Amino acid sequence: MKMRVGFKVERRPVASGRVVFFVSLLAIFAAFVVAGIFFQIYGVSPIRAYQLILRGSLGSRFGLAETVRRVIPLLLCGVGLTIAFRANFWNIGAEGQLLMGAVAAAGVALFSGLPGPLLLPAMFIAGFMGGAAWGLIPAILKVMLGLNDVITTLMMNYIAIYFLEWLIHGPWKGPTARGFAYTDTFQQAARLPTFYNTRIHWPTLILGLILAVVMYVVVTRTRSGFEIRVVGDNPDAARFAGISQLKTTLLVMLISGGFAGLAGVGEVAGIHLRLLGPNNISMGYGYTAIIVAWLARRNPLAVIVTALLFGVIMTGGDVIKVSLGLPFQLINVFNGLILFFLIGSEILLRYRISFLLRR
Amino acid sequence: MDNSEGYAIELRGIVKRFPGVIANNGIDLKVRRGEIHCLLGENGAGKTTLMRVLYGLYHPEEGEIILNGQPVQMNSPRAALNHHIGMIHQHFRLVSTLSVEENIVLGLDEGTGPFMNFRKARAKISAIANEYGLSVDPQTKIWQLTVGQQQRVEILKALYREVDILIMDEPTSVLTPQEVDQLFTTLRTLVDDGLTIIFITHKLDEVMQVSNRVTVLRKGKVVSTLLTNETDKPTLARLMVGREVVFRLEKSPKELKEKLLDVNDLHALNDRGLPALRGVSFDLFGGEILGVAGVSGNGQYELAEVLTGLRKATKGKVLLAKKEVTNCSAREMNNLNVAHIPAERIRMGIVPAMSIRENLILKKYRYSPFSHGEFLNYKEIEENARRAMSDYQIAAPSCETPAKLLSGGNVQKVVLARELSENPCLIVAVHPTYGLDIGATEQVRQILLAQRERGAATLLISEDLEEIMTMSDRILVLFNGEVMGILEAESADIEEIGLMMAGTRHKGEKL
Repeated sequence: MKMRVGFKVERRPVASGRVVFFVSLLAIFAAFVVAGIFFQIYGVSPIRAYQLILRGSLGSRFGLAETVRRVIPLLLCGVGLTIAFRANFWNIGAEGQLLMGAVAAAGVALFSGLPGPLLLPAMFIAGFMGGAAWGLIPAILKVMLGLNDVITTLMMNYIAIYFLEWLIHGPWKGPTARGFAYTDTFQQAARLPTFYNTRIHWPTLILGLILAVVMYVVVTRTRSGFEIRVVGDNPDAARFAGISQLKTTLLVMLISGGFAGLAGVGEVAGIHLRLLGPNNISMGYGYTAIIVAWLARRNPLAVIVTALLFGVIMTGGDVIKVSLGLPFQLINVFNGLILFFLIGSEILLRYRISFLLRR
Repeated sequence: MDNSEGYAIELRGIVKRFPGVIANNGIDLKVRRGEIHCLLGENGAGKTTLMRVLYGLYHPEEGEIILNGQPVQMNSPRAALNHHIGMIHQHFRLVSTLSVEENIVLGLDEGTGPFMNFRKARAKISAIANEYGLSVDPQTKIWQLTVGQQQRVEILKALYREVDILIMDEPTSVLTPQEVDQLFTTLRTLVDDGLTIIFITHKLDEVMQVSNRVTVLRKGKVVSTLLTNETDKPTLARLMVGREVVFRLEKSPKELKEKLLDVNDLHALNDRGLPALRGVSFDLFGGEILGVAGVSGNGQYELAEVLTGLRKATKGKVLLAKKEVTNCSAREMNNLNVAHIPAERIRMGIVPAMSIRENLILKKYRYSPFSHGEFLNYKEIEENARRAMSDYQIAAPSCETPAKLLSGGNVQKVVLARELSENPCLIVAVHPTYGLDIGATEQVRQILLAQRERGAATLLISEDLEEIMTMSDRILVLFNGEVMGILEAESADIEEIGLMMAGTRHKGEKL
């Protein structure tokens, strides 16, 4: 008698927190397995590569510091994105919003002439507003004209990139930059303090952690959060209940763009101390933060954990470059695979698959 | 006719179930070759389902399909096409960025190898178009065409595939009156050429105008099949909405309170920008249920939306308790204690991913005791949910269950609990029992009657004439956005309501 293995697919009513956690873990694991193939192609044992990455990004003081400084922008952008995604606004533009935040902060640092103690707070406010303005444009275009948010937010990134390029090659090019496309370095009062001699600009880190907690409370406990969730899940019901889609969308993009702008402030005031090329400022934090927010299942508090994971992966890029001589870009393969498996795993949240033995 | 009986199609005992509903419950249908056969019925009567079974989109649990005397298996639309059956859906299946001819040959093997041969196709298309007066430029893109022209492309597409039987699902719902006339002329030419047409509609005028025979469906069953020239609109209206009264509700005699709602010469547009309400006037008293009867699409939804602040009136006045509220926003109407039980409870009434307790405060989350300042008070929200769930007998594991997991009846009870908990002065209820089982229907009706007892003014919009007759104190009939008359329910005659639904004014109403 032959036995056959069949399987049955059933709708799952709601996925419990545990199921979500294990499915997410499974997706990450699958991404690591497939990424392992690439290491194998380069002739490096994947297990050794992962050991090195873990040791390099968490096991040494220097590695840990590098990981944490990357967590900062991922955390700020990621928390903001969870809010936009909750309202069903597909903000792919955190990268551009981050850069515009950096531009605004640099503008204040270089040209405002504000007295020392006021300078950093003013830079944070300007950075928030720069990012928020960049986020509000697609929000207005969506609600007023019905333009697709994915496309407009994405395109706004390129405008930000080339605007920034123009600034540093043109009007803001520093006289002391010796021909490089930089601005001048910021004065001492416009620099963020760092943790001992690492590159962890701790005020921004603390700000990110506070905002993660605050936004978690906003989403789950406040009227605005209630409105955001209603608009995101059923815009028709929102209209029915008299909730304004315009106001809610503007609010989420103010937050989402603003937080990305704060991340930009941290990068220029904490690490580079001047405005420089877009690739040097960001390394794709705004894009990676999309995966961070998605892996956190749109929960601002969970972003603290997922941002850390991606901080490890990004630092892992340095490790494989230095220790193994492999290209840093392998990290993008990781990011892509994680997002791929994460979206693919959504089906496991909606359906239960059970295997049966049939005769 | 080569077949002894002359039936092109015979459906026998078709049963099609969907979770929780029997859409087709043992349907028998015979369609003669060369006739236009109307399928008439209200929304949800099972017309479209039946035709999707015939077209191979749905597979029935029971029943047989017989074409020209031969039983056939209809496994897919392709099988239907092989049997020369074509269907034009209510929402066209055209690719808007492709041209007319590309859409027409889509899915066919025209040409050699990987190359398309449009020259041959073009000749055939223009031959068909000339024969039936269906002129469209074959190279125009679909998005450049009007809806009427797009429908012509759909017909051309079917004729290109040499169909003998053409199913049209509510083909006039998107057309202007002129386009409708044109369509009917085309259909008659097609029938003269030997085609058989099944025409789905809920509009009585069209049945009378275009069909040879008509089959009336109600709640998944065939009520009757009639020769069109041996029947009339009032009969059809009655057959369509049913007359037997299933429930006897205990209803106290009407106690007239003060006038709560005064609607004067109200005008509004529908979603397509065409007039939907044309000078509607009526008044409504506390302690009264005013039933609004009418075949769907005659302005009922627009009336409900204008009264609840979801649609702007273009002209006219609405007074609520002597205060003008014309074009107030949805939130303002809600704050004036106007309750709205929406027609599509899943689409508008609930937020599916949110919990029952949150859905219960959808309109009240801004106010004390559910929030203080910016913060929500979950203790009160939970208390409110516990109360509502026991008062309205909402069956769910807990108040944190997401609304999407509830059955239709429980969803409606959540909506009712939310809308009625503040003792509203005006209730606008649209199809409050549509799609509910008998038990839930009874409960919902009892709840509405209790509100009447309390003194609320209720506007009950329903396509179910039984419901209107049992629940209402007075009955208003809407036709084409106008009030055909208002009758006292006690003395109302169902024949007369049928006539009014078909566009005859009530005796004594001024024209």
